[in-house]
Amino acid sequence: MRLGLPAKPTPLRTEQIILFRISGQVLAISSASVQEVRSADGLAGGTTEVNVPSIRKVREAIRRGEKSLFIVSGAVHFGLTASQGALVFVLRKTRTALLIDGIEKMTTMTRLQALPLSFCHEERRWYRGLTALDQVVVPVVHPDGFLTPEEVKLLDAALPPPESLPEQISPETPLSQ
Amino acid sequence: MTVAAELELKSFVLLRLGERRFAVAAEQIAELVAPSRVFRFPHRTPKIEGVILRRGRMIPVCDVAETLTGKRVTERRLYLIAVRRYDANTEWVALPVTGDCELINAELMSASASDEPHVAGWLSHAGDVIEVLNLEALTPGAEEVNRSAAPRESVEVQP
Repeated sequence: MRLGLPAKPTPLRTEQIILFRISGQVLAISSASVQEVRSADGLAGGTTEVNVPSIRKVREAIRRGEKSLFIVSGAVHFGLTASQGALVFVLRKTRTALLIDGIEKMTTMTRLQALPLSFCHEERRWYRGLTALDQVVVPVVHPDGFLTPEEVKLLDAALPPPESLPEQISPETPLSQ
Repeated sequence: MTVAAELELKSFVLLRLGERRFAVAAEQIAELVAPSRVFRFPHRTPKIEGVILRRGRMIPVCDVAETLTGKRVTERRLYLIAVRRYDANTEWVALPVTGDCELINAELMSASASDEPHVAGWLSHAGDVIEVLNLEALTPGAEEVNRSAAPRESVEVQP
């Protein structure tokens, strides 16, 4: 008679996240969503002014190959106190470059709770959900939640012709996965 | 009291907000907990202050005092954790209250057409006529969620 093998413990599924800060508020994003981290100073000179009065959170764009990325002020987007913004997250598979104040740390989350249904406004687009790290609740942002397709259309329409845009330099800090 | 009259009695939890008392059907109350840290983060939903962490669950804190009494409550003693229905789903919501809560049995009098939407009915207790709250009308959600563009991601990374 053969005895069955002892059941292997199910490995804990985890997700690597980056904790970052905007105007004192700590938020999290999946590290897989961040293609590059750049210094905001390093972008100076390579940006183009964009002015769409209804989209105050975007003032500048950077050119990346064939497409332009819109620099979204995290502070304005979330309605926080205005901040300068020291770093930019270039978000993978989006047209967003997110301006933040700084990175707290990289860590791992093991559980993501859906945003409670009581939250029923724009924040449902902003966040994938909430996670608890060391008994502290941190919202996990949705990389697609910073610009709607309609906003991207409006911003694209406000851009000057591609040939007049400065060419952006190659990635500065690719994020290791 | 006759048996027939006794059958009409229902259980309610009386809660205090400032000087006033309100009632919630006891079947809608999960527990009463001591105040704990409210985690705040950016959002646009009125009345929601943030979330508290309770046994690993993140529970939204909904301050209903301003709607019910006209002023915000600064003194806070307890959180009444209520079960809020959202169509087929239910979720916990924490209501800050300013005094001890009391479980009573009383007869529910139906709300009239002229009552506010958050009034589910009325009851009489110790000489007072007390509003029974309709949490679905009082706390945010439901129809607003249906209008929301974003799908609800319910990712449990943990198995």
